Amino acid sequence: MPETLPKDSVGIVTPQAQTFAAPVTLDCGQALDQYQLVYETYGELNSDASNAVLVCHALSGHHHAAGYHSMDERKPGWWDSCIGPGKPIDTKRFFVVCPNNIGGCHGSTGPASIDPATGKPYGPDFPVVTVGDWVRTQSLLADRLGIDQWAAVVGGSLGGMQAMQWSMDYPERLRHAVIIASTPRLTAQNIAFNEVARRAITSDQEFHEGRYYEHNTLPRRGLMLARMVGHITYLSDASMGEKFGRELRDQAYKFGYDAEFQVESYLRYQGERFSESFDANTYLLMTRALDYFDPAHEYGGDLAKALAPAKCQFLVLSFSTDWRFAPARSEEMVNAMIAARKPVSYAEIDAPWGHDAFLIPTPRYTEAFTAYMDRVARESGA
Amino acid sequence: MRPDLEIIQTWIRPEAHVLDLGCGDGTLLHYLQENRQATGFGLEINPDHITTCMGRGVNVIEQNLDTQGLGNFEDRSFDVVLMTQALQAVRRPDMVIEEMLRVGSEGIVTFPNFAHWRLRWGLTLSGRMPESEALPYKWYNTPNIRLCTFKDFEALCHQKGIKIRSRRVVDGQHQNSWLARIWPNLLGEIAIYRIARKEQ
Repeated sequence: MPETLPKDSVGIVTPQAQTFAAPVTLDCGQALDQYQLVYETYGELNSDASNAVLVCHALSGHHHAAGYHSMDERKPGWWDSCIGPGKPIDTKRFFVVCPNNIGGCHGSTGPASIDPATGKPYGPDFPVVTVGDWVRTQSLLADRLGIDQWAAVVGGSLGGMQAMQWSMDYPERLRHAVIIASTPRLTAQNIAFNEVARRAITSDQEFHEGRYYEHNTLPRRGLMLARMVGHITYLSDASMGEKFGRELRDQAYKFGYDAEFQVESYLRYQGERFSESFDANTYLLMTRALDYFDPAHEYGGDLAKALAPAKCQFLVLSFSTDWRFAPARSEEMVNAMIAARKPVSYAEIDAPWGHDAFLIPTPRYTEAFTAYMDRVARESGA
Repeated sequence: MRPDLEIIQTWIRPEAHVLDLGCGDGTLLHYLQENRQATGFGLEINPDHITTCMGRGVNVIEQNLDTQGLGNFEDRSFDVVLMTQALQAVRRPDMVIEEMLRVGSEGIVTFPNFAHWRLRWGLTLSGRMPESEALPYKWYNTPNIRLCTFKDFEALCHQKGIKIRSRRVVDGQHQNSWLARIWPNLLGEIAIYRIARKEQ
């Protein structure tokens, strides 16, 4: 909880919502007849709507990207390190929009929402959505907000996939795509980790085939395990070593199986907290959206061909110790952009934090991101 | 602009697709984009230079020639591949030159001449590794690990069947003096070569 708001904070923010009554057809073939998108905005839209930046969230993210909901909030939004006055996405110059994606569990229509057809929560009947579906619904939100073309679409991890999808699906509607710590497709290892997470959830006795809302319960254990295994993949060996080492909670071994090492109790704590605040069906859906993302697939694996329609300029950033979406995955993407003759800049940032590095403001990351966004702002007359 | 870059830009046709190996802060590419409507990329490993390029709208890729090569670029995908003052700093200049002319129709290379009279004189008199304005480092910390002379470079081109389309030799101030034209390998400090594959 902040005593006073930091100078470089966007301050107190209030989420907004838009309801869409026209059905949207999803990649799976099903349609959502009506849905709501919750979002936050920071900064002011200029008169010709040329300074709008779309921020796309990752697996466990949401619309609350920056600032505080109240003075009582313990922590600011998830990307507060990069969004605010004087920060890389400078809210003195840009109008920033961050929606919670459909299928989410923070206010936008998702598995925990009431299905108007049945009057009960969708649960497992909520359609499996894709990165393409998210981008489609984000474009409808842009229409509502009067934004024809984003100055930039920006995202890390799964958010970076959305930025990339934007460049291919709506080439006229963005000038820059900023893709951070992302990948053009998941590897078998990535999918394997997702599968462990999903099995943890679905094998929890409280899961009830996804209809746990009706049983007044939650698959807490399963979601906690899913988060624990996920969390390990977000950190690096080095950063875990530095944070916890082999430190014990007490002095000596107890010759039992409780959480004795600090790293164990940390993971349990993180998992437990997450299992109280996140919806298990959303977790299943988000990991599936990750698995399915592969824009090169329908072009015989040729990513350069998939990128052919893109008209924007690209910034790609990776982090040296990220083993979830390693620098080599970003380089694949960059090489496809080069082959497709798309304007692209790329840097591999040396940072010890693993995949989570995209949320942590290391100097070189901040400088490169700021320099690029400064140029985007100048071009946008912001 | 650096005078060698001044000379190079006259060799780039409008709208050329350019790859600049070791593009530094992107000065040349930026100039070519603005004044020749050139497109393309610069490769660089210095973080500050990369940031500067990003800020000024030059496409820059973090890529190390020594460890990564140019394998990610397709054959003949650029009109020109540039390398200014970096040939002497790569581990295998011969392979870099081959690669330049694989991915580009033409190459432009500049490097300092190790046979310049002042370097020869310095070595003769003092018996120690020469230092100069163009080569300001000590032997143990210099990034310039593959120094050569104009004659060496031309011999390598000959051996590889590479045609030298133009050569400009300049002194330390990048002036194209008449003396350097007469005795380039003795009086020229920096050479700017325009090279291409000989027609098969």
